Amino acid sequence: MKLLKNNSFNILTFFKDNSVPVMFVLICAVCIPVAGFPLQYLLSEIITRIGRNAFLILALLIPIMAGMGLNFGMTLGAMAGEIGLIFVCDWRIYGIPGIVLAMIISIPISVLLGWLCGTIMNMAKGREMITGYIMNYFINGIYQLIVLFCMGSIIPIKHSDILLPRGYGIRVTVDLINMRQSLDNLIAVRIGMIKIPVFTFILIALMCLFIVWFRKTKLGQDMRAVGQDMEVARATGITVERTRIISIIMSTVLAGFGMIIYLQNIGSLTTYTAHSQIGMFCIAALLVGGASVDKASIGNVFLGVILFHLMFIVAPNAGAAITGDSMIGEYFRVFVSYGVITVALAMYEAKKRRAKSLAGRKLAQAQKEEAK
Amino acid sequence: MTEKKVPLLEVRNVSKDFFGNKVLNDINFTMEEGDVLGLVGENGAGKSTLMKILFGMDVIRETGGYGGEVIINGNVVKFVSSFDALESGIGMVHQEFSLIPGFTATENILLNREPQKYNVISEIFGKRLNTLNRSSMKEKAEDAISKLGVKIDSDMVINRMPVAHKQFTEIARELSKDNMKLLILDEPTDVLTEKEAETLLESIGTVAKRGIAVIFITHRLHEILSVCNKVIVMRDGLIVKDVPAKETNVEEITKWMVGRKVKEQETKRESDPDKSNKTIMSVKNLWVDMPGETVRNVSLDITEGEILGIGGLAGQGKLGIPNGIMGLYEAGGKVILKGKEIPLNSPRQCLDANIAFVSEDRRGVGLLLDETLEWNIAFPAMQIKNKFLKKYGPITWRDEKAIEKVTEKYVEELQIKCTGTKQNAKELSGGNQQKICLAKAFALEPGLLFVSEPTRGIDVGAKALVLDALRRFNREKGVTVVMISSELEELRSVCDRIAIVSGGKISGILPATESSEKFGMLMVSNVR
Repeated sequence: MKLLKNNSFNILTFFKDNSVPVMFVLICAVCIPVAGFPLQYLLSEIITRIGRNAFLILALLIPIMAGMGLNFGMTLGAMAGEIGLIFVCDWRIYGIPGIVLAMIISIPISVLLGWLCGTIMNMAKGREMITGYIMNYFINGIYQLIVLFCMGSIIPIKHSDILLPRGYGIRVTVDLINMRQSLDNLIAVRIGMIKIPVFTFILIALMCLFIVWFRKTKLGQDMRAVGQDMEVARATGITVERTRIISIIMSTVLAGFGMIIYLQNIGSLTTYTAHSQIGMFCIAALLVGGASVDKASIGNVFLGVILFHLMFIVAPNAGAAITGDSMIGEYFRVFVSYGVITVALAMYEAKKRRAKSLAGRKLAQAQKEEAK
Repeated sequence: MTEKKVPLLEVRNVSKDFFGNKVLNDINFTMEEGDVLGLVGENGAGKSTLMKILFGMDVIRETGGYGGEVIINGNVVKFVSSFDALESGIGMVHQEFSLIPGFTATENILLNREPQKYNVISEIFGKRLNTLNRSSMKEKAEDAISKLGVKIDSDMVINRMPVAHKQFTEIARELSKDNMKLLILDEPTDVLTEKEAETLLESIGTVAKRGIAVIFITHRLHEILSVCNKVIVMRDGLIVKDVPAKETNVEEITKWMVGRKVKEQETKRESDPDKSNKTIMSVKNLWVDMPGETVRNVSLDITEGEILGIGGLAGQGKLGIPNGIMGLYEAGGKVILKGKEIPLNSPRQCLDANIAFVSEDRRGVGLLLDETLEWNIAFPAMQIKNKFLKKYGPITWRDEKAIEKVTEKYVEELQIKCTGTKQNAKELSGGNQQKICLAKAFALEPGLLFVSEPTRGIDVGAKALVLDALRRFNREKGVTVVMISSELEELRSVCDRIAIVSGGKISGILPATESSEKFGMLMVSNVR
């Protein structure tokens, strides 16, 4: 233990343990002045994006608690949310009732997909991330089958304006104009140019409270136990597999709600692509906020949303200012998302190895002390 | 009610075999409330199997159950799972910690038995959404800890605790169960320092005074004498002695533990007159971080041409020595081969220095299970020695003929039972796989050979062959062999000298002709 009790070493470990957020703070610190946006604009954008994304990212926390890593399976919930929105749109139910109904429709679909995902992840313990990622492609195929071929032909769709001209299949873009920002505008406060979507923030706050409360429940405690050591948990009679499935189902249902909140803010649904990268961006944002594969907090979520999206906002302009090409920013954002995930995964392994070599050093030290 | 007092636990005629291999034979003993029973025996004597039966572990049922009866408070019990055993008031603390590392002591002690508070949501969605009653949890946990008579911070997270506190937490978990009657402690002091062990022993006394019976398994014999009122010595699946602790002493117990009949097949090793006294390898201050087999500060000289045995009880570090030297686990210290230092943590450089290693993990490290025998035997030699290769121009080819020939040679020499040299390694039986591992090492023609547990899990016939092959390899080729084994008799039949490892250190090196009692004393000398 003596090895670590050193002040300068502590600062070093702080940077080592938080290298990803620190790196992003630096990137933003460089990009913000180069991009030259007014502060007011930046603030307004950030607030919009917190409202838009935070709920989705919060949905990732529960599987991490249960030791299932970063849950790419959340995309399944996003698809369920989209299906809910398509139906509500067709039935011409507008505003808040529409959103609530879409959420209700999404629940059974999310539960079913979550159960499927959890069951498969139980067969592939330790490889949950890649399993979830590949599951996305598989379920995306089924989603397309339903939305592109079944809707309008087998599943009745009344209004042809959301159908493709050929008579079946949903259009590439579904206009959500009647629901657009209806949550955000329910209670909205304006301070100067900045609009604060108070109601959405209340929902996010409720979600945070839910997570805090959930950690205190028996189920939450069981999930934490399962997450840290499945065998020990099983030996005390905790139903490990069931607990893991429940955690994925909860995450999927919440991701469905999150996706609806996300889309009502955007105001339109790009039917076939909206969900495709949402999982990756959410995970990248969470990692930027300093989370790791086995540990994430509510604080990580908000720090992550702010840093990741701040970079998104300023990077295109900064890129354009430096290279004269605005495409570089778009390129940068995809590149960074994948990069962050890769780095976080590699660091997770490196950390484990570091802990292992520490045990060796301790042994050597003990031997030296004995020799004295 | 009844005049005759019913014992708390009675074990009657219990026997157990694993697929015809008898490991327990007619075990009988009884325990009363508050008894502390010391259970000792060498590795493989059947202690663990007996405890698994008492605790209703799944392995026992899966391998065909057991014979005889276990009677608790006069009722015959037949546990289907360890949860049944827990229900009848039997608690077990295993050798390895089964604690959740990121949880506090309180959370671990009451894991899955947390006191809960109802709320509106749990009324709708079920009991798992009850919130935990933290204050009541803390109370219960501290109550259990105080039963042990020790001081542990109930809010401390497990992975920040010293080992002793982890051990206490685990015992406290068992004690927090209200119906606890019988507590089984499987080598609880192994990981503790002397001072910590003392505290634990005191706690066991405190627990026993509350009327809880304790079965205490340990290799530290003096501990048994200080805390137990009864000692049972097991050997080869039998109880060889059941005596009150007051009437015996460490020497006697050691003798009962190791003193088996001398096997008839034991071949005496004639001492080699023309053996040089040159040191081939000298190990200095070696430490190895191998989980469960930690080595601390080992210094050892290996003489050229000898067969050196390394023995000791399981978990004491004998396996760590070859694994550390060969670079399979992180190690530090100095290893000097023929005057030249060999860098640690680098398997390749060890192999290049003409050292070979037959691992105890033959399926993991030893064999390419999905490849043919030819490949298995020739592969290391090709990789390291560039043997069995031929060169045409710039491209090097495998010399299939030479590979086949050498494989055939070893198949014959070691009597490997196979359908042909092209058979896959995984299709062979354990004993034959072990022979392949040896052949692989022989094909390297090393100057120094480490063999780790060469006879583990193989039958008697194969055992004799393997040992004989090693002996011949040493004699005919003059190769120095270091053999690691948990079976003392086996070491004594093959080796010139035997080093005994205890508590991660070499506790002594004796000639193989020394009496087994002396070896036994060394084995338990500084067990930690």
